[in-house]
Amino acid sequence: MATASLETRENRRAWGFVTPALLWTVAFFVIPFIVMAAISLATRKGREIVMAWNFDNYIEFFEKAHLLKGLFVSLEITFTVTIISVILAYPLAWIIAERVPQKWQRMALIMAILPFWTSYVVRSYSWLLVLAQNGVINNTLVYLGVISEPLELASTRTATVIGFVHFFVMLLTLTIYANLVQMPPNYRRAAADLGANGFQVFWHVVLPLTLPGIMVGAFLTFVLCIGDYITPQILGGNNELALPQVIMLQLGRRADFPMAATLSIILMVVVTLAYIACARWLKMERT
Amino acid sequence: MSRHVSTGKTRNKFLSSTATFILGAVAMAQTAQATEELNALVWCDHTDPALIEPFEKEYDVKVNLKEYEGTGAGLSIIEQSRPGDWDVFVIDGVDVHRAVEMGVLAEIPADALPTSDIFPEVVMAENNVVDGKTYAVTEKFGYNTISFDKTKVDPKDMEDMSVIWSDKYAGRIAVYDYYLPVIGLVGLGLGIDTADLGADDMPAIKEKLFAMKKVSKQVGEVVSSQTALATGEVDILVGGGEWITAVLSEEKPNLDWIIPKQGGLRWAQSIGVMKDSEKPDLALKFVQYIMSPEGQARLATSSCYWGMPANAKAGENLTDAQKAALRWDDQDGYLKNSQLYPIPDADLDAEMQDAWVEMLQQ
Repeated sequence: MATASLETRENRRAWGFVTPALLWTVAFFVIPFIVMAAISLATRKGREIVMAWNFDNYIEFFEKAHLLKGLFVSLEITFTVTIISVILAYPLAWIIAERVPQKWQRMALIMAILPFWTSYVVRSYSWLLVLAQNGVINNTLVYLGVISEPLELASTRTATVIGFVHFFVMLLTLTIYANLVQMPPNYRRAAADLGANGFQVFWHVVLPLTLPGIMVGAFLTFVLCIGDYITPQILGGNNELALPQVIMLQLGRRADFPMAATLSIILMVVVTLAYIACARWLKMERT
Repeated sequence: MSRHVSTGKTRNKFLSSTATFILGAVAMAQTAQATEELNALVWCDHTDPALIEPFEKEYDVKVNLKEYEGTGAGLSIIEQSRPGDWDVFVIDGVDVHRAVEMGVLAEIPADALPTSDIFPEVVMAENNVVDGKTYAVTEKFGYNTISFDKTKVDPKDMEDMSVIWSDKYAGRIAVYDYYLPVIGLVGLGLGIDTADLGADDMPAIKEKLFAMKKVSKQVGEVVSSQTALATGEVDILVGGGEWITAVLSEEKPNLDWIIPKQGGLRWAQSIGVMKDSEKPDLALKFVQYIMSPEGQARLATSSCYWGMPANAKAGENLTDAQKAALRWDDQDGYLKNSQLYPIPDADLDAEMQDAWVEMLQQ
C-alpha cells in the first residue's frame, strides 16, 4: 500500500517535471506542425488561399523541375559539407585530444570554437569579402604569381560549401573530441599488445568507438545545413537555389503559404529520414 | 578580506542599481518625450533618421518604422497583424490597387495632397486612384535600367538592351533579383511594351532570361548588387539605375547609368494611410510631410537609396551636385523613354515568378 502510494507520488512528481516541456512542445511544435500540414493541403487560386484538402502542391513540387531541383541542390550541398567537415574535424579533434597537453586542451577547444562567437550573418559576409574577386585569397594568389586572373570563388556553390564547412567543422570537432577523451587508453594499448599496428588500432578500435561522436555531429550538421537559408543566400549569389531559399521565395514574393508549407513538410521528411538512418548512433544509452 | 569582498559586492550592487535606474529613467524619458506613436510599414529609404526626426520633433511623435522588401512580404506582414497596428504604408505604385482590393488603404482627401506640384507623368492616377477615390500618392520614382562602371565597359554598348544577354561581358554582369522590372526590361529588349506583355510573350522572354543568366555572375538583392558593382566584382547591373549609383556618386564617380534606346522601366513608390489606423489624422500629416518639398528632398537623398522626388518643388531643397546625380535636368527625356512596370494578373504573375525561379535554377 505504502509502496503504491510512493509510486503514485513519484509519478505525479515526474509528470510535474515533464508537463511544462510537454506543453511547450505541443504548443510550439505539434500544433504549428498540424497547422502547417493542413495549410499544405490548401491551394492558391489567383491571390486567394482556398482550403482544397488535396495534394496538388505535392504533385506540383514533383512536376516542376525548378522546385525539385531545390531539394537536390540542398542534398548535394549538405552531403558535401557533412563529408568534408567530418574529414577535417576528425584529425583536429584527434590532435586536441591526443597531442595537445591536457592543460592546453581547454584553450585549444576555445580557439577551435572561437568563430562561433561572431554572428552567423557577419561571418558569411566576411567570407564573401575573403572570396571576392578583390578579396584576400585572389589578391594573394595574384600577388604571388600563382594565378594571373582572379578565380571565380564568390557567388558559387564552392563559396557556400566553404562557409558551411567553416561553421560545421567546429561543431563536429566538439562532438568527436568528447568521444575521444571518453575512450579509455587501455583499449588501444590492449590492441597494440595483441599485435595490431597503428592503422589497425585506429581502424578496428578507435574509429568504431568514436563513430557515435561522428554520427551525432554529422546528423547535427545535416539538419542545420539542409535547413539553412542565410549561407546559400549570401555566398551562393542566387546562382542556384537551395530548398530553404525556394521556401522563402514562396513566402516573400508570392505569399503562397500552401506551397511554402508543402516544401517545409518535404524538408522535415528528409530530416526525419536522416534521423532514421542515424538513429542507431543517436540513442542516449550506449551498451 | 571578507570585508573587502562585501564592500565590493555592495559597490557592485549600488552601481548595478544605479545603472538600472539610469537606464529605466532614460527609457521613461524617451517614452515621455513623445506623446504619440505612429507605426509605418515602409521601404528602407524611410528609415533614414535625417528624414524621420524632423517630423518626430515637429509633431512630438515617435515614428516606429518596419522595413520590408517586396509587396508580397508587406501584405503578409499586414495579414499577420491586428487591425490598427499600422498607420502608414509605403507600397510599390503598381500594387496600390491590390492593397485597395484587400481593404488595406484608406481614402485620402485629394485636396490634402500637393498634386499640382507633382511631375505630371508621375501623378499616376491609374495607380493611386480607384473608382474616383485617391488612396495613395506617388512619393518617389526612378528607373530600373542598366547601371555600369564606365571605366570598364564601353558606354556605347550600354545603349542597346541586348548587351544584357550577349557574350561580350559574360561573367561581368549582375542581375537585380526582382522579377517584375527585369522581365519588363527583357520585354523591352524584345520590343514588347510593358503594358502589352502577356502570357504569349513568356516563352520568348524566358529564353532571353536564361541567356542572361548564362552570362551573368550573380543575381542579388539591392545590397549585394550594389556591393558587387561598387567593389568591381561586376561591371554591369541589370535592373539598376540612379537608386543604385546616385547614392555613391561622391565616392564612386566611375559608376553611371543609362536608359538604352529600347527604353527603361520607371518605378514609382506610393504612400498611403492605412484603413484601420487609429490615428488617421496623424498618419495623413506624416504623408503630407513626406510630400512637402523638404520631406521630398530628404527622401530623395535617403542614405538607403536615392531616387527622384515626385514633388517638383523639392528641387529648391537639393544641391546642384545632388540634382546632377539624380539627372534632374534630363528627366523630360527619361520620362518619355520609360515605361511603367508590367501589371500582371494573378495567373501571369505566377507564370512570371515560375520563369524567374527557373532562371535562377539554370
